[in-house]
Amino acid sequence: MAGQSNRLPSGGLIDRSRPLRFTFDGRTYMGYQGDTLASALLANGVRVVGRSFKYHRPRGLMAAGVEEPNAIVTVGDGERSVPNLKATEVELVDGLVARPVNCWPTARHDAGALMGLLGRFMPSGFYYKTFMWPSWHWYEGAVRRAAGLGTAPAGPDPEIYEHHYAHCDVLVVGSGPAGLAAAVAAASSGARVMMVEQEAAFGGSLLTTDVVVDGLPGRDWLARQLRALGSLPEVTLLARTTATGYYDHNALSLLERVTAGPVRQRLWQVRARRVVLATGALERPLVFPDNDRPGIMLLSAMRRYVAQYGVAAGRRAVVFTNNDTAYQQALALHRAGIAIAAVVDCRARRSNAGVTALERAGIPLIWQGVVEKTHGRAGLTGVTVATPAGRRRLACDVLGMSGGWNPAVHLHSQAGGSLSWDEAALMFTPGKVGQACRSVGAGNGQLALADCLADGYAAGIEAVRLCGLPVTDGPPPTTDVDGGSTAIQALWQVPGGKAWVDFQNDVTAGDVMLAAQENFRSVEHLKRYTTLGMAVDQGKTSNINGLAILAEQCGRTIPQTGTTRFRPPYTPVTLGAFRGAYRADLFRPRRQMPVHEWHQAQGAVFEDFGGWQRPVHYLRPGEGREQAMHREIRAVRTAAGLFEGSPLGKIEVKGPDAAEFLDRIYVNTISTLKPGRLRYGLMTNENGIIIDDGVVARLGPDHFLVGTTGGNAGRIAEWLEEWLQCEWADLRVVTMPVTTAWATLTLTGPRARAILERVGADFDIGAAAFPHMSFRDGHVAGIPARVCRVSFTGEVSYEINVPAGRATALWQRIMGEGAPLGLQPVGIDAWMDLRTEKGYLHVGADTDGTTTPLDVGWGPAVSRKAKDFVGKRSLLRSSNARADRLNFVGLEPVDGVRPIPVGAHLRFTDGTVGLTDGHVTSACVSDTLGRPISLAMVRGGRERMGQTVRVLAPAGAFQARIVSPLFYDPEGERLNA
Amino acid sequence: MLLISCPHCGPRDEIEFRCGGETHVVRPGPAEAVSEDAWADYLFMRQNPRGLHAERWLHAAGCRTWFNLLRDTVTHEIKAVYPMGHARPEVA
Repeated sequence: MAGQSNRLPSGGLIDRSRPLRFTFDGRTYMGYQGDTLASALLANGVRVVGRSFKYHRPRGLMAAGVEEPNAIVTVGDGERSVPNLKATEVELVDGLVARPVNCWPTARHDAGALMGLLGRFMPSGFYYKTFMWPSWHWYEGAVRRAAGLGTAPAGPDPEIYEHHYAHCDVLVVGSGPAGLAAAVAAASSGARVMMVEQEAAFGGSLLTTDVVVDGLPGRDWLARQLRALGSLPEVTLLARTTATGYYDHNALSLLERVTAGPVRQRLWQVRARRVVLATGALERPLVFPDNDRPGIMLLSAMRRYVAQYGVAAGRRAVVFTNNDTAYQQALALHRAGIAIAAVVDCRARRSNAGVTALERAGIPLIWQGVVEKTHGRAGLTGVTVATPAGRRRLACDVLGMSGGWNPAVHLHSQAGGSLSWDEAALMFTPGKVGQACRSVGAGNGQLALADCLADGYAAGIEAVRLCGLPVTDGPPPTTDVDGGSTAIQALWQVPGGKAWVDFQNDVTAGDVMLAAQENFRSVEHLKRYTTLGMAVDQGKTSNINGLAILAEQCGRTIPQTGTTRFRPPYTPVTLGAFRGAYRADLFRPRRQMPVHEWHQAQGAVFEDFGGWQRPVHYLRPGEGREQAMHREIRAVRTAAGLFEGSPLGKIEVKGPDAAEFLDRIYVNTISTLKPGRLRYGLMTNENGIIIDDGVVARLGPDHFLVGTTGGNAGRIAEWLEEWLQCEWADLRVVTMPVTTAWATLTLTGPRARAILERVGADFDIGAAAFPHMSFRDGHVAGIPARVCRVSFTGEVSYEINVPAGRATALWQRIMGEGAPLGLQPVGIDAWMDLRTEKGYLHVGADTDGTTTPLDVGWGPAVSRKAKDFVGKRSLLRSSNARADRLNFVGLEPVDGVRPIPVGAHLRFTDGTVGLTDGHVTSACVSDTLGRPISLAMVRGGRERMGQTVRVLAPAGAFQARIVSPLFYDPEGERLNA
Repeated sequence: MLLISCPHCGPRDEIEFRCGGETHVVRPGPAEAVSEDAWADYLFMRQNPRGLHAERWLHAAGCRTWFNLLRDTVTHEIKAVYPMGHARPEVA
């Protein structure tokens, strides 16, 4: 175990009384409570934390926050592991196990580093140019293994994630000086405020800088404000919470990393009336040769490691800058005890408070200098600085680079806001807003503390006013600290060797320039061609440098070049967080039919049909699935079966114009139906395509019960309402879906009537009094029942609809009375075969999105109907009457033996090339008939009765004969018995 | 996620609604009197403006009522909500 050689003797916000043990890349280290994995690694002097994406070059920490491009790690083991986290966002806990991604066997000794030696052969578009012959797919596997980041765990994620919804008046994103001032202003007016902070601690730069606010040290002022906010009931403060996306109408997604309790992460969806974006700014790296050696970091990161974690990134530092903000930062490092070997500034000599202070401290300042080269294999040992006076080599183990600041405009841009380029400050700042939001502080390009406080406070007050709430205005917080000059001069790249722009994706300045030469001049093209700005950091440190180099190369300005589109999420979100609780049993509701428990007790095997759990068959001991199905079919054909059809759609349609309305909805005429009678009907959409079928009952002159298929119950109810509300608002009709109020128990078979007589109905069920296709409203076994004599099986059938709560009682009664007569419960598999034997159309199985009523033999019905109806005009098109359309027919094998597979294509001619002449839609080996039968859509099939067609089965083609689909009881003697 | 003001239920998340596409499309009829071109226009041809678009929405997980709204297709701003059968209002 190595010591924490880089830990400063004092300072930082860590708790030195609580040491923590952790493992990284197979070695064990110690850190403290309050560390991140990154700060703990740095404290332990670990310089190489990963390997680069393409060349497997050794990489060290570059940043201290979410913008870190190099230290990409997998945390945890097995199914709980999380790949592709930045070490800077992983809070240290005792026993933490992490390993770098993209290296093997370890980051320090990586086999893939050989790629670095080939580096000069891998320019932009290398893959596209090299792996073209004979096909990219020959190489894809090997290339993807060599490149890429972490590996997703193989098993399901056992962690718990949850979703949370919230509304607020003002959402403040970021808790630095500007965000905190905004939250304080809004909250003291009584608004409902949420303030979210992506880091573990609130405060942003107040944590890492020595400032005075309202006469108090910055951290004390922060603590006081947090206490005040925390005492307000309408204020919600969320740390460890990243605003990941900004969506329409001020909907934002927040990802909260939960540290206590069983939940790992919480995904918030917040609707805010106003949003204040105080997202801060990220420092830019500088682009110079070999700028990716471990030890080369952002200057602001070095400062943060000192101030927040008490860690010195090195013992002897060189600072390289193009702007004035570096001087205050360098001074802070000097005061913390880090030796500053020199500050190298690319500009001519200038003076500011920081310069004066550094000179007074005896720190060498090198003007008009650039770092031209860096030295050291696995870690920085020195740099070569070029000035007009010549070159000199400086020894150092860390280089702090400060290339200016990028306001974090991501959320502002996601919200549809525009950006404007500030040529003096060399940064994109928020321009026009796209939604009810305002950017403040460094996120708005204001780098001085006094401006951040004033701007944030004003935005908080403005947000309250724009919410229409009373404003309690007070004096904004002030500071007497002079922010100092922030002047900057462009230095987009130092020419020479390989200079990295995107560290995470291994994109160099040369790659950007080559892409421009090859005419990938749009930033979006540049991104896809070079991978600049992709992957987990999405270019947080690289985008502006990359597009500035592209602009230079193309002779355009930076605003002319523009940025790539900012899309959610701001930082990666675990898929589990999107999933939330919606997994396994909670993925979607499983609907159970009213008699479900009885089915279960009787050995029913359930499957999902349109969201309903339905018995496929009832297994008896020792029985296979096929055997069970055939037994059930035989029961129906020889005695009786009881089937639960409760999901069948039931919609009441009532009103003086109900008959007229249904005439317009159905392909056939409904208004001529007599009360107490049923009619089978087809519905089409306006394209003339069949969308549903079912049986309509006329309960009274102005009252109908519309039956739909189970899967369409909801859709057809909505369909009827859409026509009534949007097209025929003048019709006096109301509809009411009652599907789940009524259970449907279907008693079918030659003994069905005898069984129903035993069960007892309070109306005459004799064949003459209650014939096929009639309806009675009465009682069965004393239970209120709507009984339809309608058949799906071809046998005498009673569809008994009773209130859902009484279904099981009636079911048990029927089974009890029927069992001595051979009654059996029937599952859906038997039901479908019974239907196929009878040749009844099954919408959705026999029909598809091209099938019209004419295709299924309804031509005469359509031409008979004078009234307009939905889809009629489409059915009048001559092409819908063409003789070569697919028609619904029956099909049987010529040899009487070979089963016809569902889905098989049909051909009238030899060979398999060319248009299909149809396909098989339903098939079974009929238990009743003792031979295979099928239903099919066949080209011109109705005119080809008796002809043969080739069935293209997987095992080889064979001949089948086109026949009527009515295989069983074609005269309907059993049906009408 | 749009925030849509249902005329009956007030502002609700988009997830409660179903968009029915362009509104004020006139259904031609009777069927026998409609030309092929006019029917094709009715079935398939829709406005696709950059800017204000009049469309109908159903509050499917609420009051189940259809209504019209005017939405800016660039900013997604909803400029007006009005009942079925009413004429498109003038908005600035």
